[in-house]
Amino acid sequence: MSDQFEPRLIGFLCRWCSYNGADLAGTSRMKYPPNLVPIKTNCSGRVDPTHIFKAFAEGADGVLIAGCHPGDCHYINGNYRTAGRFPLMKKMLEQLGLEPGRIRLEWVSAAEGDKFARVVTEFTEEVRALGPLGWNTRTPEEQADAGQASSDRVEEAVPA
Amino acid sequence: MAQEKIGVYVCHCGTNIAGKVDVEEVTRWAAEQPNVAVARNYKYMCSDPGQDLIKQDIKEHGITRAVVAACSPTMHEPTFRKAAADGGLNPYLLQMANIREHCSWVTVDGEAATAKAKRILGAQIHRLPLNEPLDPIEVPVNPNVMVVGGGIAGIEAALKLAQAGKKVYLVERDPSIGGHMAMFDKTFPTLDCAACILTPKMSAAGKEPHIEMLAYSEVTEVEGYVGNFKVKVRKKARYVDIDTCTGCGLCTEACVVRKVPNEFDRGLSKRAAAYIPFPQAVPLRATIDPTRCLTLTGKKCKQPCLTACGPGAIDFDQKDEEIEVEVGAIIVATGFELWDPTPEKRYSYGKLDNVLSSLEFERISNASGPTGGHILCKNGEPPKAVAILHCVGSRDENYQEFCSRVCCMYSLKFAHLIKEHLPECEVYECYIDMRTYGKGYEEFYKRLMNEDVHFIRGRAAEVTDVGLSPTEEGRLVVKVEDTLLGITRRLPVDMVILSSGLAPRSDAKETAQTFGFGCSANGFYLERHPKLEPVSTVTDGIFIAGCCQYPKDIPDTVAQAGAAAAGALALVDNPTVNVEPTISYIDPEKCSGCHICVGLCPHAAIQYNEEKGVAEVITAACKGCGVCVAACASGVPQQRGYLDEQIFAEIEGALAV
Ligand code: FES
Repeated sequence: MSDQFEPRLIGFLCRWCSYNGADLAGTSRMKYPPNLVPIKTNCSGRVDPTHIFKAFAEGADGVLIAGCHPGDCHYINGNYRTAGRFPLMKKMLEQLGLEPGRIRLEWVSAAEGDKFARVVTEFTEEVRALGPLGWNTRTPEEQADAGQASSDRVEEAVPA
Repeated sequence: MAQEKIGVYVCHCGTNIAGKVDVEEVTRWAAEQPNVAVARNYKYMCSDPGQDLIKQDIKEHGITRAVVAACSPTMHEPTFRKAAADGGLNPYLLQMANIREHCSWVTVDGEAATAKAKRILGAQIHRLPLNEPLDPIEVPVNPNVMVVGGGIAGIEAALKLAQAGKKVYLVERDPSIGGHMAMFDKTFPTLDCAACILTPKMSAAGKEPHIEMLAYSEVTEVEGYVGNFKVKVRKKARYVDIDTCTGCGLCTEACVVRKVPNEFDRGLSKRAAAYIPFPQAVPLRATIDPTRCLTLTGKKCKQPCLTACGPGAIDFDQKDEEIEVEVGAIIVATGFELWDPTPEKRYSYGKLDNVLSSLEFERISNASGPTGGHILCKNGEPPKAVAILHCVGSRDENYQEFCSRVCCMYSLKFAHLIKEHLPECEVYECYIDMRTYGKGYEEFYKRLMNEDVHFIRGRAAEVTDVGLSPTEEGRLVVKVEDTLLGITRRLPVDMVILSSGLAPRSDAKETAQTFGFGCSANGFYLERHPKLEPVSTVTDGIFIAGCCQYPKDIPDTVAQAGAAAAGALALVDNPTVNVEPTISYIDPEKCSGCHICVGLCPHAAIQYNEEKGVAEVITAACKGCGVCVAACASGVPQQRGYLDEQIFAEIEGALAV
């Protein structure tokens, strides 16, 4: 492999649609980058904001959440909860000084192996472009800088 | 936590995994991981000797947890959990690491695949010490079954289940069961009369005491879970009392509205607003069309039907009725729609007379059809030449990419029927490839070659009424490239039959959502596994059969209906079934009673206990989505098998390598 930065990605896949979509990508022998490790949950609605932060804290550079298409959730509307939470998670990341592009939400059905492969490929490249996050290896100074940057952003956003 | 002893089993899966992932290296690495007592690899872990490795290690090495790094858990998790249980280990202390579908099959580089396999496996090794022994939850099973769709698939499944002594609710949207097969004249390749083989089954279903027929009804809501479904069915108002009506048809004769296009004849004939769809209808009862009846549309009518009806069955005040039915299993057999050829403008369907869809031709060739079985053009003359165009809307990137499997054969059948009725008539088959794969099909094709049918290999380019010569004047002309001869031909004909493909029903998506399963990319219902579970869906207890799953011929449909009936029977014949114990629980000590989770639960499985001031999970209603777990600000609800700490551990393990 070349020396280019290889991002570490975690993907939370709901068991009924997206996990099976990922299986189908495999059965169809589609090829995509090896950077994402899938973690199975019953529903995308099970994905807690703390899971995302945990992943970043453990050294992930990006986190994907994938669930059933709207209306298809095995638990009726679990994915609507996910969809509702997602923008808040993004906001929260931003306030912590993280690029919001490090998390991504996708609807992948059990029939969409090709979509799963495409999403992982795109996401890998996007996070590669963002560069390493290195939350777990940052020095206290770097952390302080990131904190300053984010509070600057917050100050900009809040009218005086 | 006491020191756990983990057994790690890396499967080669022949070369499926080992061809890409260095299984020796992964095993060596796994042996060094915390808590791992034994790490092995084996050619086929799912084979008996493979499973025995786990059982032996439980006995001889005293392993207390196990992880199998192999294929998708959807494939073999039950196999290995059973092996663990047989060896004396609680099945939920075994995890699978999917290094085939999610790794070896999708990764180009072997080194990268090996590294990814370690991360996937590492996640599970990390989580395992936190796994708790769980016991499946045993729930009672309602012995009744619902079959949705009264075509040949639904009828067959319902009859089989009834024969086994099960009560069956057969729900059909139209006023009569029978489906598409009831419209056919003959069936290929045996040329059995479709009515002769179908109507006995229809009437058997009508008479069978175990079958409760809910015709002219639709499923509106499905709740519950395997063994315990609650289904809401809307019985549409027929405006005829079904118990009083004798099916004599006098109301039909008396009705003054006579120009309603007859759906059963694909609009080629007319029916009255009070109608019986076809003579062999089951149930043989009249229905009044609320969109056409003068009384029901608020217009003036002398209501001659009321006087005509001896038993007084007509009831204009009837209302739709909603009923709730409880069943243990459901078979969905909602069939297909013929692909509507209108968008394929170059074939002029709907524009030029005598350009017919295949189902229209079925009706024209049918003795009970609009022409009494005489093959006639619109002007009442028999055609002198007919062209049959294959693959209309099928195998076409603009419409449906797939092959509909039955069109070649029904096209050959049409050619034969035309030759039988009109020996002098020229018949042209314009095909791309002739697909005659079934029993007796190739032989039928051979036979047709000797019946003077012209076979032209090429997809027709256009159907026009612009004649360029006296033989073409006033007729239809099919332009087609004969790819075997390498020439373009113009075929002057009097009738064109468009062999349309089969399409998913236009509301297939909504129906799938109602029942809780998905659709394939082509829009047909998605089976749990294409090879091994072709009639199961992701929702336990719900099965599919017939063309709603994918286009298929009658023999395959009947076989699949039998398989679905067997699947349902294997479930409802047991008094109880085990369901996954991965459901939520709430620690009353920690719950602050904030109510957040109560409103979020999609299954109303959380209730607030006023007395104790805490939320409580209703075990029987929880299906284990985990939405409440993610929603609680203090992390009080937890989901067994997916505890926060277990997911955290997976994350740590996945990122530790
Ligand atoms: S089950 Fe897939 S998102 Fe809910």
